[in-house]
Amino acid sequence: MQKSLYLDADKCTGCKQCELACSFERDGSFNPIKSSIQIFTFHEAGRFVPYTCTQCDDAWCMTACPVDAITINTATGAKEVNEATCVGCKVCTIACPFGTINYNTDTGKVTKCDLCGGDPQCVTACPTDAITYVEADATGFSRMKEWAAKTDNAQSAA
Amino acid sequence: MSILNIIKRLFGQEKSSPAQSSTPQPIEPTQASTPVEEVKDSIQTAMNEVTDNIIEAAEPNPTPNTNHEDYSMHHVIIGSGPAGVVAAESIRKLDPKAMITLIGDEPEPPYSRMAIPYFLEENITEEGSHLRKTDNHYDNKNINVVRDRVSSINPDDKTVTLESNDSLLNWDKLLIATGSHPISPPIPGLDNPKVSNCWTLEDSRKIVEGVKPGSVVVQIGAGFIGCIILESLVKRGAALTVVEMGDRMVPRMLDQQCGTMLKTWCENKGVTVLTSSQVNSIEDKGKRLLVSVSNGEPIEADFVISATGVRSNTAFLEGSGIKVDEGILVNRHLETNVPDIFAAGDVAQGLDFSTGEYTVQAIQPTASDHGLISSKNMVNPGSAIHQGAVLMNVLATLGLISVSYGLWEGVEGGESAELVDTDNFRYIRLQFDGDKIVGANTLGITQNIGAIRGLIQSKTALGVWKERLMENPLNFMDAYVGVTGGHT
Ligand SMILES: Cc1cc2nc3c(=O)[nH]c(=O)nc-3n(C[C@H](O)[C@H](O)[C@H](O)COP(=O)(O)OP(=O)(O)OC[C@H]3O[C@@H](n4cnc5c(N)ncnc54)[C@H](O)[C@@H]3O)c2cc1C
Ligand code: SF4
Repeated sequence: MQKSLYLDADKCTGCKQCELACSFERDGSFNPIKSSIQIFTFHEAGRFVPYTCTQCDDAWCMTACPVDAITINTATGAKEVNEATCVGCKVCTIACPFGTINYNTDTGKVTKCDLCGGDPQCVTACPTDAITYVEADATGFSRMKEWAAKTDNAQSAA
Repeated sequence: MSILNIIKRLFGQEKSSPAQSSTPQPIEPTQASTPVEEVKDSIQTAMNEVTDNIIEAAEPNPTPNTNHEDYSMHHVIIGSGPAGVVAAESIRKLDPKAMITLIGDEPEPPYSRMAIPYFLEENITEEGSHLRKTDNHYDNKNINVVRDRVSSINPDDKTVTLESNDSLLNWDKLLIATGSHPISPPIPGLDNPKVSNCWTLEDSRKIVEGVKPGSVVVQIGAGFIGCIILESLVKRGAALTVVEMGDRMVPRMLDQQCGTMLKTWCENKGVTVLTSSQVNSIEDKGKRLLVSVSNGEPIEADFVISATGVRSNTAFLEGSGIKVDEGILVNRHLETNVPDIFAAGDVAQGLDFSTGEYTVQAIQPTASDHGLISSKNMVNPGSAIHQGAVLMNVLATLGLISVSYGLWEGVEGGESAELVDTDNFRYIRLQFDGDKIVGANTLGITQNIGAIRGLIQSKTALGVWKERLMENPLNFMDAYVGVTGGHT
């Protein structure tokens, strides 16, 4: 059974260790802007919401890519960007309805969460277990996926 | 707070990603203010789970193999661009026993026009533009790739005529995915060999040949395609003049403010941009071309590129009984007026999500969507209903990225929220219908940009976030996480 990230906003204290760990893993720098996981801060409610790619089945980024640069890692199920193939056209960034694939002006390519090949660094970095890597069934992703389905351009005739 | 202060605060921060920086105003809980509605049978898009990624596409088979006794149906697809290829792969996935023939008239293995700018920049080789990178991809999927041109469709006996030898090919289901072609404005001298379109790999080779460092180049048209290739031409070292009929750059994708800022940006980078202008004639002066324009001195140029728009490839349908307007008329199953004949991509006049009208969008994401949806209906009649495609474009012009979504011009009675920072070339304008986002234009903003598509296409009611976005439209990602509740 493939695993998914489980993001629990109730446990998140907004320390942003995950952003630093992610950017370090991806970019070699401690720079939240280069992180594929983002913490959204809602001040009045004192609430922090971690957010990243759901590795959705529909993978709009993957279908939209004109040169087959986004492929599925069969071991982890992650949709991964092959930087050598990516031409940097950014069509995937406007196609992804979650806003979780981003253009990196330094490299001229796009980046997204790739689950670090099965050892997600954000999980290791999180001190409160707000981010865990668990069997896919246990996550709340099904709701996200339902929401994603609303964005599908096709609907099956019932 | 004044708009100016907001701009200062927002744009004063980390330049490359204002949208992801922490929110400027205190805001409230994030519990979904719009509960996620029950979604009826969500279709899991039949996508190709290709996991391999080695270079080179299959050599096309010379003739389709129609001798299989045990196939379920023969699906014939005309046009091997993204719409045709996505459809072929999806049919294979849905029906392992189908016979699939993919006919394309270009000499190269199926490729993506979108990759052409990167080929011109010499960022990629020709192979880098191929739609699929695996050795024998089409063979492995048992898709017959045929290089030929279909000269006519004969619905009565369910055949198509192949141009090379006038032979007939039978089909059970037919998909027309023949794309579009560049239009030629009536300019004397446009047929000069030093004038080229920029639509095919063949055109690109001609441009690579003709545009060298120091070449003086005139580009006719600053539309979407024109602006995309502009950067490649400058990177090739061309001294460039762009002549555009409209009053700003990309007038059919960017609003006045945005298109004008983009023009200034290009001028700052040394490109001459003539708007509200026209090329009157191109004269051959031996070594060079003399290009006369409606407002300004004639230009002595080495090469001219024509990028003035495209039209659907429908000429060969004459006499077939298939109804054509701007493009091929299709219903929400992407089926034409003739049963068992479907159309997809640049050639199809399909449903627009935002307007509810049928239009030719001529963009890549719509081509792949059409390819998927039509193929489902070819295999399982009536199984997929098109919800309409959201018009979306992203464009990098000399490093400045612009985006347009949906009803970027707004709707009657709707509101809009705008932030302008002309000095730093940053701009965002969200268009609302009630408390829903229906369109957007942005300049210099890339972080989390796809969330705008999500908000438009899910028709999410923004609730309290509407006012917040009116005050600061850059908070679209916070709004998105706020109303959807994130993952939890
Ligand atoms: C330089 C450039 C940059 C672009 N950049 C972008 C971008 O950034 N974003 C975006 O969304 N879109 C972009 N586009 C547009 C995008 O490439 C098209 O929307 C897309 O290619 C449409 O796909 P399609 O499959 O419908 O048609 P096509 O890709 O045009 O494929 C149709 C194929 O059918 C063939 N054909 C036509 N008639 C026949 C016949 N009778 N018999 C056999 N074969 C036939 C054609 O030769 C062609 O090979 C760009 C286009 C160009 C040229
Ligand atoms: S930016 Fe790269 S990964 Fe994204 S669609 Fe373009 S080529 Fe594919």
